[in-house]
Amino acid sequence: MNAEENARIALTIGPVLYYWPRDVLLHFYADIAESPADTIVLGEVVCSRRHEMKTADWIALGRDLAATGKEVVLATQALVESDADLRVLRRIAEQGEFIVEAGDVSALNVLLDTGARFVLGPHINVYSRPALDEYASLGALRWVAPVELPLAAIGQVNAGGAPLPTEVFAHGRMPLAFSARCFTARHHRLSKDQCEFRCRDDADGLLLSTTDGQPFLVLNGIQTQSAAQQCLIAERQALLAAGVSRVRLSPSSTRFSQVVDTFDGVMNRGERVDAALISLDAMSPPGGLANGFAHGRSGLDWSAA
Amino acid sequence: MLQGSPPDLVCPAGSLRALKLAVDAGADAVYLGLRNATNARNFAGLNFDDAQLREGLAYAHDRGRKVLMALNTYARSDNASPWYAAVDAAAQYGADALICADVAVMAYARDKHPGLRLHLSVQASATTHEAIAFYRRRYGIQRAVLPRVLTLSQVGQVLRHAGDVEIEVFGFGSLCVMVEGRCALSSYATGQSPNNAGVCSPPSAVRWHDKPDGVEVRLNGLLIDRYAKDEPRGYPTLCKGRFDVDGTRDYAIEEPTSLNTLAILPELIRLGVRAIKIEGRQRSPAYVEQVTRVWRDAIDAAAASPGRFRVEPQWTATLAHLAEGQQHTLGAYDRPWR
Repeated sequence: MNAEENARIALTIGPVLYYWPRDVLLHFYADIAESPADTIVLGEVVCSRRHEMKTADWIALGRDLAATGKEVVLATQALVESDADLRVLRRIAEQGEFIVEAGDVSALNVLLDTGARFVLGPHINVYSRPALDEYASLGALRWVAPVELPLAAIGQVNAGGAPLPTEVFAHGRMPLAFSARCFTARHHRLSKDQCEFRCRDDADGLLLSTTDGQPFLVLNGIQTQSAAQQCLIAERQALLAAGVSRVRLSPSSTRFSQVVDTFDGVMNRGERVDAALISLDAMSPPGGLANGFAHGRSGLDWSAA
Repeated sequence: MLQGSPPDLVCPAGSLRALKLAVDAGADAVYLGLRNATNARNFAGLNFDDAQLREGLAYAHDRGRKVLMALNTYARSDNASPWYAAVDAAAQYGADALICADVAVMAYARDKHPGLRLHLSVQASATTHEAIAFYRRRYGIQRAVLPRVLTLSQVGQVLRHAGDVEIEVFGFGSLCVMVEGRCALSSYATGQSPNNAGVCSPPSAVRWHDKPDGVEVRLNGLLIDRYAKDEPRGYPTLCKGRFDVDGTRDYAIEEPTSLNTLAILPELIRLGVRAIKIEGRQRSPAYVEQVTRVWRDAIDAAAASPGRFRVEPQWTATLAHLAEGQQHTLGAYDRPWR
C-alpha cells in the first residue's frame, strides 16, 4: 500500500440542521462524544428564531465535547439578515475559544477584524483555484466544498497540491437553498413571525414529493434540502485523488452513530463498501441515497461506483 | 450624495434590439452579458458577441446612457479563462461597470484593470453591510445589488451602514424566492445551476406531455406541475411548481408571481437606493421596452413629487399584462410574504 491508500480521512460531524429539543440534542452529542468523529461543528445555522440553545449554551457544550478530545468548531448562520443576526455572528467571532466556521461573507468580514481562526463553510462559493487562493490568503484553516461541486472540479482546485485541507459533504440530506421565507410555516399557513416553531415536529425535515409520488426535497424552515441523502462512502479513492482529507456527515435523528461508525469503518479501517452501502441504504429516509453531484451529474442521481 | 435624488433605472438587454429599445424608452443604464457561461442568463439566442457589444456600447454612450456587463457566474475549475477574457473585453470596449460575483473574477479585474468599476452581483449573496464591506475592502466594489430576501427595513439598515458603496435593488421581474448565488436546486434536479452554468431549470431539461385531462410538465423527468386543459401554464422553474407536502398539493415554495415594487418606490428613493434593476434579459425586446417606459414614468413622477406619488392604473395594467402568472407581489420587502 502506498501512503495515499493508508491516509486517514478525518470525520467531521456537521451542524444539526433541524430544530431538535434541547434534551434530544444533548443526548445526540453525548453519543457523538463516544464516536470516532474527529471534529464536531456546533451552532444554529438555519434559523435565528430557534432558541433552545443560545450561543452561551453552544459554547458550554463545546467545552464538554472538547474535554473528550474532539475538535470543536462553532458555525455561524448561513443567511444573515437582521441586526440581531449580526450580533450573534459577532459574539461567535469574538469568543476566542473555538475555531469558527464562516457561514457567509458577512462572517468573513467580521472574522478578519477579530483575527479568529476559521474554516470556510460550504455556503461560501469556491468553484475554482483562484477563488480558493483568495480565501486562503485571508488565513482560512480549511474549506468545505460547495455541495454541487463535482469531485473532478475539487481535484482541479487542488491540482499541484491542496492550498488548504479540503472537506466534502459526504453523507446526509443536502442543504440546497436558503430563503427569507419559512416554508415550514407556510405549509402550516402560519407567518414566519408567528411560526409556533412547527419545524420542531420534523426531526429530519418535512418531505416534499412530486405529485406522482417521488420524494424530491425536504423543507426545513428557511432551508430547502434534498430528500435523498448524499452518500459518498464508496468514493474513498476518488476523494483521496481529489485531495480531500475530511468528510462531513450531516446529522439525522435515527441511528446516526451507526452512520459515523460505518463511515469510519470504510474510510479508515478497511471495511467492505458493499456491506456498508446495504446498511446505509436500509437506514435512509424516503429519497434514498444519491451521489450525482460528486460525479458532475444531477445531485439526485445515484450510481454504483 | 444628495438624499432623495432619483435612482438610476437599470434595464435588461438580452439582445442589441432590446438594448436600443430600453435606451429609447428611458433606461439610465442597461446590463448585458456575453454569449457564454460567464453570465447568469446563458440561453440560446440571447446575449452579445463582440461586434454587438461594440455597437450596443456606442448606441448607449452616444445617448449618455451606461452599459453594465454581467459577469456573474463562477469561474470554472477546469478553465477560468473565459471569465478573465470577459473582464478584458469589458475594459477594452469601455463598459461602464462589471457586475460580478466571484472573488476570482474580482481579484483579476482589480489587479489587471484597476480603473474598471465593479458592481457586486446579486449572485454574490451579500445580505448585510458586513458582506458588502468585505467586497469593498478586498476588491473596491462601488455598488452592490441586494438579494431579493430582505425586508424594506433591512434594506434601510444596509443603506445606513453601506458607507460609500451604492445600493441597487430589484424593482420588477421574476422573483427568486431563494437567496441568489446560493441555490443548488436546479443542479440537484438537472445538473445545471445559476452558479455553475448560468441557467436555472434549463429549457433543455423541460418536457411537456399531453394527457387526457390536461398537460404535465417535467424537468429532467421530475413532475413539476400538471395543468387542467383551460389552466394558464407557466415556465417550469422548479421552485414554482406544485408539489405534495403531507397530503396537500400546493405551490409549496412559491407561486408563479412577479416582483413589483412600484407601490414602495418613494420609500426606496427616500432610503437612498441608488439604482433600481429590472429583471429579464431572457424577455423579448417589446417586453423590455414596455416595462422600461412604465418605470421611467414612475421614477420621474416619484422624483418630481414624492409626497403626491401614486401608482397610475395604466402602469399596473401594463405590468400585470406582462408579468409571470399575471400576479404581482412585493416579495420579501413586505413582511407577511416571509
